[in-house]
Amino acid sequence: MAWFRKDRKVRQPRRERLEIPPDTWEKCEACGHTDIRDRFQRNLNVCPVCDYHRRLRASEYTAALIDENTAEEIEADLRSVDPLSFPEYPQRLRKALTNAGDADAILTVTGRLEGLPVGLGVMDFAFMGGSMGSVVGEKIARLGERCIEKKYALILLSASGGARMQEGVLSLMQMAKTSAVLSQLAERRLPYISVLTNPTTGGVSASYAMLGDAILAEPGAVIGFAGPRVIKQTIGQDLPEGFQTAEFLLEHGMLDSVVHRKQLKSTLGQLLRHMMGRPALATAVAG
Amino acid sequence: MAASATLEFEKPIAELERQIDELKRTAGDQSLDVGDDLAPLERRLAELRSEIYRNLTPLQRVQVARNGKRPFTGDYLRLVFTDFIELHGDRAFREDAAIMGGWARFDGDTVMVIGHQRGRDTKENIKRNFGMPHPEGYRKALRLMKLAEKFQVPVLTFIDTPGAWAGLGAEERGQSEAIARNLFEMSQLKVPIIATVIGEGGSGGALALGVADRVLMLENSVYSVITVEGCAAILWKDGKSPEMRERAADALKITAPDLLRLKVVDEVVPEPVGGAHANHEAAASALHDALAKHLDDLRGTRPERLIRRRREKFLRMGAFTG
Ligand SMILES: [Zn+2]
Repeated sequence: MAWFRKDRKVRQPRRERLEIPPDTWEKCEACGHTDIRDRFQRNLNVCPVCDYHRRLRASEYTAALIDENTAEEIEADLRSVDPLSFPEYPQRLRKALTNAGDADAILTVTGRLEGLPVGLGVMDFAFMGGSMGSVVGEKIARLGERCIEKKYALILLSASGGARMQEGVLSLMQMAKTSAVLSQLAERRLPYISVLTNPTTGGVSASYAMLGDAILAEPGAVIGFAGPRVIKQTIGQDLPEGFQTAEFLLEHGMLDSVVHRKQLKSTLGQLLRHMMGRPALATAVAG
Repeated sequence: MAASATLEFEKPIAELERQIDELKRTAGDQSLDVGDDLAPLERRLAELRSEIYRNLTPLQRVQVARNGKRPFTGDYLRLVFTDFIELHGDRAFREDAAIMGGWARFDGDTVMVIGHQRGRDTKENIKRNFGMPHPEGYRKALRLMKLAEKFQVPVLTFIDTPGAWAGLGAEERGQSEAIARNLFEMSQLKVPIIATVIGEGGSGGALALGVADRVLMLENSVYSVITVEGCAAILWKDGKSPEMRERAADALKITAPDLLRLKVVDEVVPEPVGGAHANHEAAASALHDALAKHLDDLRGTRPERLIRRRREKFLRMGAFTG
């Protein structure tokens, strides 16, 4: 699974799970459209019929955003431990390592995006619901420090249900830790862009996800601090249609833009060129 | 949530107190000298208190931390500080009474005090939303911190909240952003910050006042990423039964000694025997001494050094291999 090896150039995207043949049938969760896996994959896992943005693995996002042959995984050796001796946490971790790979809930790489040097962290919902524990916090901190050292821009792409309960208050403190790193980046005028995907809730939303110099979100992504189920329980009534979606947040002034996955890379590039004092792309100048 | 209810494990204490009161009343009515009968009872009461409080389970500590008789931010403002003048509002949407703050004097010197505030009765709890802030509460807090920075006085925060409010308006007005902004700004504020968990430190709503140079915890307070009820509900589909809440309280490691061990807090402030609610003045006095010591430690530290150390402190937090 781990085809990002430490300090080794990343190969171009192959099928994420080699054991699944490309002609396996898959079904869109939103409209029920059935297609072969390969059709979804070539469309960045966006449904070709209804445009629903299906989940992408961290490695797939990285391949979609980082220029060919420039991605290099960093901090690949960090592993979660069980600091509280929390019931069943070691078993859950083992299961996640087997099923979702050894990058924990975030893959961190350096590379180029439309030629611009960046540090990119992509959360992986497949690893314990993208929960933020000590490893996620430490990887973001080290990625941030790498960006400071090399004068790279930082991009963090979130997909997370929040803090990892099994690491207790230590996972809560990762919110403070990641925010502290971002304040160091800001001090040095290095751009940080936050990309929110489905879902971005809890402790992740209440820390780095909402601190971008630009905040982008994928269409339809659920974003909020309290999860919809908890709010429903608290207020004792159904939530309004579209509540806590990316579009709702845009309307309420919480985001800069809702961006289709196919435009994500070019949007990031355009924003970064503005913030890094680089000239516009030739194609963007024409008008 | 009822403020007046006696904690289950304190019932033997309450019973003994009742006996002592009765004896005193009888003695008063009949002008009897009951000193010989009273002394052993009072000795027994002191022993019982210390015995019970020496052996509190994590779940019992949660109950103590949430106890409505426990001193709140407002009580400490009265007992530890002088010359308090409250400041209101976030200048954007509204005043949020779940967080209170303003200028006050600590041993004569001006400081900025900001803390969650719960209510003792239903009316006040409704006004203060049980100490659960909306985004405007965090934004008011940040406004006051910036004021403290402008006038170069230390910030003292008091944490006492079940957590952020899970409601429509709070989400609509961006409570994620409001909490995140506080974490970000507190990690670069140019004046000393001391945060003290005085009751329940619940998740992001607590941490929004918790990024500090020194983090203290009162002996019977708790600090957690999720409530014991929430944790039990998610993991074992049962957030109500005492057994599952107990299990969650044990698993989450939320007591002051636990957090000291995890290097999340710097010092545990002792409470009087029987808990802070048994003696507000004694609790306030211990808190005063701890704050005085840490303020003194931080006094005169240049802002760059203060900020660097504060960031390093939080950057060190966590446990992993590799
Ligand atoms: Zn579809």
